[in-house]
Amino acid sequence: MASHLGDPRVVEFDVRTDEMLINMGPQHPSTHGVLRLALRTDGEIVSEATPHIGYLHRCAEKIGENLSHRQYIPYTDRMDYLAAMNMNLGWALVVEKLLKHEVPERGRHLRVLMAELNRIASHLVAMGTYGLDLGSFTPFLYAFRERERILDLFEEVCGARLTYSYITPGGATGDLTEGWLEKCEAFLDQLAPVIEEYHTLLTSNAVFIRRTAGIGVLSAEMAIDYGTSGPVLRGSGVDYDLRRDGDPWYTGLYRDYKYEVIVQKDGHYPKDRDYPPVPAEAVLGDSWHRFYVRMLEVVQSVELVRQAMERYRAAKGDCGAPLKLTQRLPKGEAYLETEAPRGQMGFFLVADGNAIPWRVRVRSSSFCNLSITHEVCRGCLIADVPAVIGSLDIVMGEIDR
Amino acid sequence: MDHQKLFDQLRERFGDDVRALVVETIDPWIEVSAERLEDVCRLLKNDAAWQFNLLNCITAVDYFEPDAKKAAKVDWKPHVQMLYHLSSTTLKHTVVIKVRLPRWKDDVAGQLPEVASVSGIWRTADWHEREVYDLMGVMFVGHPDLRRILCPEDWEGYPLRKDYVMPLEYHGIRNR
Repeated sequence: MASHLGDPRVVEFDVRTDEMLINMGPQHPSTHGVLRLALRTDGEIVSEATPHIGYLHRCAEKIGENLSHRQYIPYTDRMDYLAAMNMNLGWALVVEKLLKHEVPERGRHLRVLMAELNRIASHLVAMGTYGLDLGSFTPFLYAFRERERILDLFEEVCGARLTYSYITPGGATGDLTEGWLEKCEAFLDQLAPVIEEYHTLLTSNAVFIRRTAGIGVLSAEMAIDYGTSGPVLRGSGVDYDLRRDGDPWYTGLYRDYKYEVIVQKDGHYPKDRDYPPVPAEAVLGDSWHRFYVRMLEVVQSVELVRQAMERYRAAKGDCGAPLKLTQRLPKGEAYLETEAPRGQMGFFLVADGNAIPWRVRVRSSSFCNLSITHEVCRGCLIADVPAVIGSLDIVMGEIDR
Repeated sequence: MDHQKLFDQLRERFGDDVRALVVETIDPWIEVSAERLEDVCRLLKNDAAWQFNLLNCITAVDYFEPDAKKAAKVDWKPHVQMLYHLSSTTLKHTVVIKVRLPRWKDDVAGQLPEVASVSGIWRTADWHEREVYDLMGVMFVGHPDLRRILCPEDWEGYPLRKDYVMPLEYHGIRNR
């Protein structure tokens, strides 16, 4: 050994400063499921992040070619399992679009009610787990406390707590139970003041701001170019929400609802005076803004649920009966995107005249949202990678399908 | 949105490579040839009158009936159809572009059909094309990194093809 000491090349070899390859996942707790990231790092700085997906791949599209449209509903549950109502809704609407089948007025409000309630539950998990990613355990418990109440409400209506299969082509599997609306109202009354607590815990928390503001900045052009959607797109300041701008078959659901797209315009969020102010460190398109959009959407959804309940009460008639299992689909194809909590969830259906579709295609929102990883993680610290991934709020079941 | 006007404009520019416009269907679509797809897409994105800046989805549909009895009844010849669902976040309109490909290049089984990659126009196409390549077996010429995305890299076959047979085992794991 001693003889090498004089040779500078040996020292260079011993204290190498060249690139290192770090494997993150697929069992890493802060990659939200089975996502594997191959990080190429230079010291603490990430120079390249390559996501590897497919660990949860079940080829749901192929399964769809072997089942009738109604039998496919449980498979949509298992894609985005945190927002199964929204997934059911997306599939139900595309089948109805192909059949040109309209659900009764009461069914329409029921769907808005369920979709928005599920959006709240999904955003609560997003918020809670984001806190976990950043090393704060408390918000997670708070979020699950409220989410539990929503799951109880869903359980009462359809018997399931996670995979509902409730909204089906033609309507829903059943009407609301007696006294459900009162329970829902009680929950909303309880939720409204609690949101303040979340803001204290995370949104305006100094540590949280330091960890998220200015991290993983995604420009508006890049957000559109990569096809991102939902809070990720709106967090970059793009004024686009399918509930307002989407296909008439979908926007018809929200006809005559009072609704404002949550996006920063001219430096202000709608109704922003009621909320903690945007910190000076935050840049439009960073992780903090993506999180903030989600939090404001919770408040928005609470209002939408209230409107839906009011309209549901006023509407006469039934909610629409599920279509028959053997209902033949007319020859043709239909594509429909809906605004799920994670973004634009698209279903494409080709039918050849049988009850079983010829081809099913699922356009996943998280899939596109995740594809920006290598762009936004370049040049950030290893410790910031979970902060960026968490702010995208991905669900692997939906990405891998 | 005026699909006829868009079709006329494309027709004027690209001639017979823009093959058909169908507006009677639920979602109106325009069929273009595989050779000029990239040029058509570039125009759709950059033309100020259309501004299709968002690629929603790329789908491939395999039109093939393995059952000979049923195959005699269908009204199409076997082919693979590519669908590009486009929309504009600024002008809020949508269009579907279709491309017809042979099931196999030069009708030699195993030779993947080829179409130009649009990943240079919309970055969404990067992962979507990888997925289509993975599951349907379509070769995207000009794609920067065309490899399987959902299936393992050494997976054999293209699962969404209608004549796909699941392999009996994969690395000693029984599949059926």
